[in-house]
Amino acid sequence: MSVLVYAESSEGKFKKIAFETVSYGKKVAELLETSLSVVTINANNVSSLSDYGAQKIITVNNDKLNTFNAKAYADVLKQVAEKESANIVIIDSSNNGLYLAPLLAVNLEAGYASNVVEAPSSISPFTVKRKAFSNKAFNTTEIKTDKKVIGLAKNSFGLVENKSTATEETFSPTLTDGDFNINSTSVDKAKGKITIADADIVVSGGRGLKGPENWGMIEELADVLGAATACSKPVSDLGWRPHSEHVGQTGKPVASNLYIAIGISGAIQHLAGINSSKVKVVINNDPEAPFFKAADYGIVGDAFEVVPKLIEKLKEFKAQNT
Amino acid sequence: MKILVCISHVPDTTSKINFTDENSKFDTNGVQFVINPYDEFVLTRAMWFKEKQGASVTVVNVGNATNEPTLRKALAIGADEAIRVNADATDGYFVAKQLAEVVKNGDFDLILAGRESIDYNGGMVPGMLAGILDFNFVNACIGLEVDGNTATVIREIDGGKETLNTNLPLVIGGQKGIVEEKDLRIPNMRGIMMARKKPLSVVEPVSFDATTQSIKFEKPEAKGAVKLIDANNVGELINLLHNEAKVI
Ligand SMILES: Cc1cc2nc3c(=O)[nH]c(=O)nc-3n(C[C@H](O)[C@H](O)[C@H](O)COP(=O)(O)OP(=O)(O)OC[C@H]3O[C@@H](n4cnc5c(N)ncnc54)[C@H](O)[C@@H]3O)c2cc1C
Ligand SMILES: Nc1ncnc2c1ncn2[C@@H]1O[C@H](COP(=O)(O)O)[C@@H](O)[C@H]1O
Repeated sequence: MSVLVYAESSEGKFKKIAFETVSYGKKVAELLETSLSVVTINANNVSSLSDYGAQKIITVNNDKLNTFNAKAYADVLKQVAEKESANIVIIDSSNNGLYLAPLLAVNLEAGYASNVVEAPSSISPFTVKRKAFSNKAFNTTEIKTDKKVIGLAKNSFGLVENKSTATEETFSPTLTDGDFNINSTSVDKAKGKITIADADIVVSGGRGLKGPENWGMIEELADVLGAATACSKPVSDLGWRPHSEHVGQTGKPVASNLYIAIGISGAIQHLAGINSSKVKVVINNDPEAPFFKAADYGIVGDAFEVVPKLIEKLKEFKAQNT
Repeated sequence: MKILVCISHVPDTTSKINFTDENSKFDTNGVQFVINPYDEFVLTRAMWFKEKQGASVTVVNVGNATNEPTLRKALAIGADEAIRVNADATDGYFVAKQLAEVVKNGDFDLILAGRESIDYNGGMVPGMLAGILDFNFVNACIGLEVDGNTATVIREIDGGKETLNTNLPLVIGGQKGIVEEKDLRIPNMRGIMMARKKPLSVVEPVSFDATTQSIKFEKPEAKGAVKLIDANNVGELINLLHNEAKVI
């Protein structure tokens, strides 16, 4: 018996989310008094995973797996889980993780709990706490099957350094033609931009900004902070910003460390998507805006005056602190 | 093309979330139920395939009789017929098993579902359904074209999008983008009248042991009051974010 984590990489590199998933896996392995194996697909520098508690690192290298393919990846993970006699497999909540986890669960005939935010509260019965009702509640769920797949919510467990000595081995999976019935023909990715999914800080603008021509200061603020940009739903519906920036209950979830909302009223559907962010700041000229009830810090003021001042002060702060 | 649209019946996005029976059950008191928003997007796309490509559209829900108005609403939007699998939908794997039976019995070749239900936020039914049936599957779908047996699908990836080629039979987990917000269909009077006459059949579930079970719910801890910072003193915000919140 062991615990298996899939550490996701993109173009060979691990993202923070991979280390968070390994940190979580280590905790689960400790609770079960077993060891932690971590599998990687076409990743470089895999020994870095031992900083977070990986005891066995299994590397899969195969050119056919260069572009992500949910079915093929799920088949690889199944084979590794069986080889390792892993009863618990842990997957992150990136778009790729969310895509492959249910396929893997069926492959293993495992119960699957997604959006999990904490280490299991009990091992027998096996219960985990997960987000539900679009972040408006938590749900404790029992996974009743022998084999279990856990989807870890982003930025919920954090990074826990736990240096261990790890063995490394390679594994050659058996791939079938059926694994490649879906073919990627093109990928369109904003180069050099920080994405909402990866960002520690997100700067978001609402209809209070009046029009797309006023987004310069939002981008500048994001730039100074190393943040991703986001927006409320009407802003993307109006075409001021791309759909990929729409956050909220029906848009992207945000689980950043810091979320700065500018000219956003704080409607319940907006808040549902950003509740998991640790610290929330609102800048709004209406002191009655509902966002003030949800935020940790707030400035009542005109965004067109406050934001430029904030940028200026942040530049001074950065100059002193780096 | 025979399309099956999977409809989950969820509390309206503005609902107050409360629990009863010692926090073990969702309190439905005063709650309005609607078609899951993601399912509305894929249902509207299905209407396009019906009108432009002559597809037939069946909607399905796994749930008890209280969910029927939601299926009627889907019929009013334009689906041809509805199926309800008469069982409580408590486990995603269980729901996927039930839907797989419906697909096999009805020979459907395009199954449209939402990326996730906004109540339980499982995000598991479409993928599990595809896994059980061994159909092709694309999740987080923001664009779908079908030509004969081949499909061109756009999916959202972290930081962008990816275009894929595949074949039917196919399961889609869709979201906004597959149609635009402004194109969403809402039922009109004629649709509502017609929906009353459209077939809604009830089938019994196949037996399958649930793999998960909800134990209890809790609400997030109430948070402290907002700290207000004077608009003329934005430096203080930076100070607080750095020294108190430690996020910059
Ligand atoms: C089914 C459903 C799903 C939805 N899903 C989402 C979702 O996922 N995400 C989402 O965001 N919304 C969603 N909505 C919409 C949501 O209800 C709100 O309409 C929306 O969030 C409002 O966007 P906003 O705050 O940008 O605009 P508004 O409500 O127009 O608010 C603008 C704010 O800017 C402030 N303001 C104006 N001028 C200034 C200034 N000069 N300086 C500072 N502040 C200023 C105003 O005081 C106001 O508070 C959904 C709605 C429905 C019905
Ligand atoms: N009880 C159900 N009946 C029919 N379809 C469902 C049901 N539950 C979920 N679905 C479909 O699966 C999608 C994802 O749901 P979930 O896995 O519950 O987050 C939904 O958007 C629906 O399309």
